[in-house]
Amino acid sequence: MFSNTVRRSLSYTTFYLRPIGHQRNAWLTSMADQSVQRYNSNDTNHVHHSKIPPSPTWQPVKMTQPTQVPGEVVDKLERLALVDFQNQEGVECLEKAIQFADQLHSVDSAGVEPMDSVLYDRSMYLRKDSINEGECAEALLQLSNHVVDEYFVAPPGNIPLVKNEER
Amino acid sequence: MAAASAGLGGMTSICNKLKHVTVFTSTIICHALKRRISICIGRPQSQPQTKKKSVSQGMVGVVGLEIHAQINSLSKLFSAAEVRFLAPPNSLVSFFDASLPGTLPVLNKRCVEAAVMTGLALNCSINRKSLFDRKHYFYADMPAGYQITQQRLPIAVDGKLTYSYLGGHKRNQMVTKCVHIKQIQLEQDSGKSLHDEPHNQTLIDLNRAGVGLMEIVMEPEMSCGEEAAAAVRELQLILQTLGTCRGNMAEGQLRVDANVSVHMPGEPLGIRTEVKNINSARFLARAIDYEIQRQKELLEQGGAVQNETRAFDQKTSTTVPMRDKEDFQDYRFMPEPNLPPLRVYDSVSVPAGLDPSQLVLVDELQACLPELPSVRRDRLVQTYSILPEHSFTLVNDDKLLDYFESVVKSTKAAPTKVIGWVMKELVGLLNQQNLEISQSPVSPHTLAELLDLLEAGHISSSAAKHVFQELWKSPGKSAEQIVQEQDLGLLSDPAQLRSICQTVVDTHPEQVRAIKQGNQKVLNKLMGEVQKDTKGRANPVQLRAILQEMVST
Repeated sequence: MFSNTVRRSLSYTTFYLRPIGHQRNAWLTSMADQSVQRYNSNDTNHVHHSKIPPSPTWQPVKMTQPTQVPGEVVDKLERLALVDFQNQEGVECLEKAIQFADQLHSVDSAGVEPMDSVLYDRSMYLRKDSINEGECAEALLQLSNHVVDEYFVAPPGNIPLVKNEER
Repeated sequence: MAAASAGLGGMTSICNKLKHVTVFTSTIICHALKRRISICIGRPQSQPQTKKKSVSQGMVGVVGLEIHAQINSLSKLFSAAEVRFLAPPNSLVSFFDASLPGTLPVLNKRCVEAAVMTGLALNCSINRKSLFDRKHYFYADMPAGYQITQQRLPIAVDGKLTYSYLGGHKRNQMVTKCVHIKQIQLEQDSGKSLHDEPHNQTLIDLNRAGVGLMEIVMEPEMSCGEEAAAAVRELQLILQTLGTCRGNMAEGQLRVDANVSVHMPGEPLGIRTEVKNINSARFLARAIDYEIQRQKELLEQGGAVQNETRAFDQKTSTTVPMRDKEDFQDYRFMPEPNLPPLRVYDSVSVPAGLDPSQLVLVDELQACLPELPSVRRDRLVQTYSILPEHSFTLVNDDKLLDYFESVVKSTKAAPTKVIGWVMKELVGLLNQQNLEISQSPVSPHTLAELLDLLEAGHISSSAAKHVFQELWKSPGKSAEQIVQEQDLGLLSDPAQLRSICQTVVDTHPEQVRAIKQGNQKVLNKLMGEVQKDTKGRANPVQLRAILQEMVST
């Protein structure tokens, strides 16, 4: 399990990742006046009891160049996910999204056991084996804009690879 | 998910032929059923056999199985929608099964108990804590875009399955083997896709989406199709005994994927292929043996085995590459964030204050396990002194076992005699006329009476066989009636027997001479002649004595 230090620093991280406006609100409403003062006095010699570190513990991540997604990978993604990036702009958007997520790689998580879920210390609720759902085909099929009889209609599973040059 | 497309093969190709989708629902189903039935009727074994062997000389097949067993429960794994085969499309679908936003999984306790019971019956250790993961697929029959499964920490691990089959050159030796079970994981079934190629669309039925599956993973420790088929049959029997899965392969309740490779014994395993779409134990054996042979021939010709997914084609008894999945698939496994760990307990170590409705107690389930097939077979062999192979036939069919036991209870004949009659005469005629045991025209009581007549020496065994045939033709009559009507009682009157024997001896001087010269075997020939004359009614003990006396004078 987590050491206390790791746990504490993780909670800081969560805090700092909040949007600024939200952070200020949370600060003003939930913190005791005393600790606010102590923090504001900026006196690091005092032992302060707040869980908020006096200064940011993270460093800005240096943004790398956007990841290049080769044409064949785009084709494959489009085929697997049944999406269409449409044009070069769409592909650039994808590349930026990948770049944004790549920042996570710079977090040093050595020796930290991954936490799967915030419910890790709970147990699964077990339901009695009885039938009280279903028989709502009509309601469900209404949500789909293409049905045949009582079936949902989806695009064919294997769509041919779009040629690179056609984009 | 291997499971997803299995069992659909038949339907898919039929869809392609249909021009109008509107007639789908019922037509597809009955077509599919008809096709399955016609497939089940005998098809000659056609296996590629090659004589040339050099590269593949000494190579052996290695087979591992992944079996998806649908859990026999009222409702689905994570939703309270009904589990039923052949319901109107999309009628058994909850909002969660259709993965509408905001719905959450709620685990079915029955499915957990079924997995624990199955794990215990397969000698697994049960993980007191197990976890759920998401395995991602982009298939329309899995609308969430992922399947909830147990990849990292499954509910049961490290088990073994012992299975037997008739092997050896004459297929009359009982061979017993053991395969290790790597793990049993709980996971969701997918919906069904019907590919409507003329209209370039796929029709989706989510009735099966979310049904509870146990994926049972066997280590690659089998070497041929016959072993794999025997292991699957034994597993099927265990699941049916436990009631955790109905095990009907034709309805897709038990689906098998086989991982097949070839190698030289002692060397690392070869590159494997995965064979899917197998819906009977017999096809499984055929698909595996074909695939082993194909890989050997491929290596023989200097080729290399591709890591690929192949489907079994029932028409040609061959395996063919499947179109999708042309390269490595990334399932992007991740922990299922909506589900906390699944915990099961032992009665002694239950934490205080837990709601009893939330408890799955491993030791209690262990104590309630029914008698497993292997234990039952041992018991039958011990109780009735019957052959192990007979115990297999009996345990494979509950009704046959009931029949046998009720005959044993109501006759004076020894169980070892009863089993012969049941296996040879009864099962023989049943198979010949393609009947179920419950349709037998001869009731256990009637057979018991017949065996009593035989045991008491009132009829000969050949006459008894004749009576049995007669009973089969005229149900309702008793053995006694038939014996009287057709005068089949044993001939034990010495004078009468003597006169018949005298005639036979007089008309077979050559045989008599042979016996006198010391060839005692010829005596049987004379006995046979007498029995022919008496329609098998002569008391064989007396007959032999009389004949011997006659020829030795």
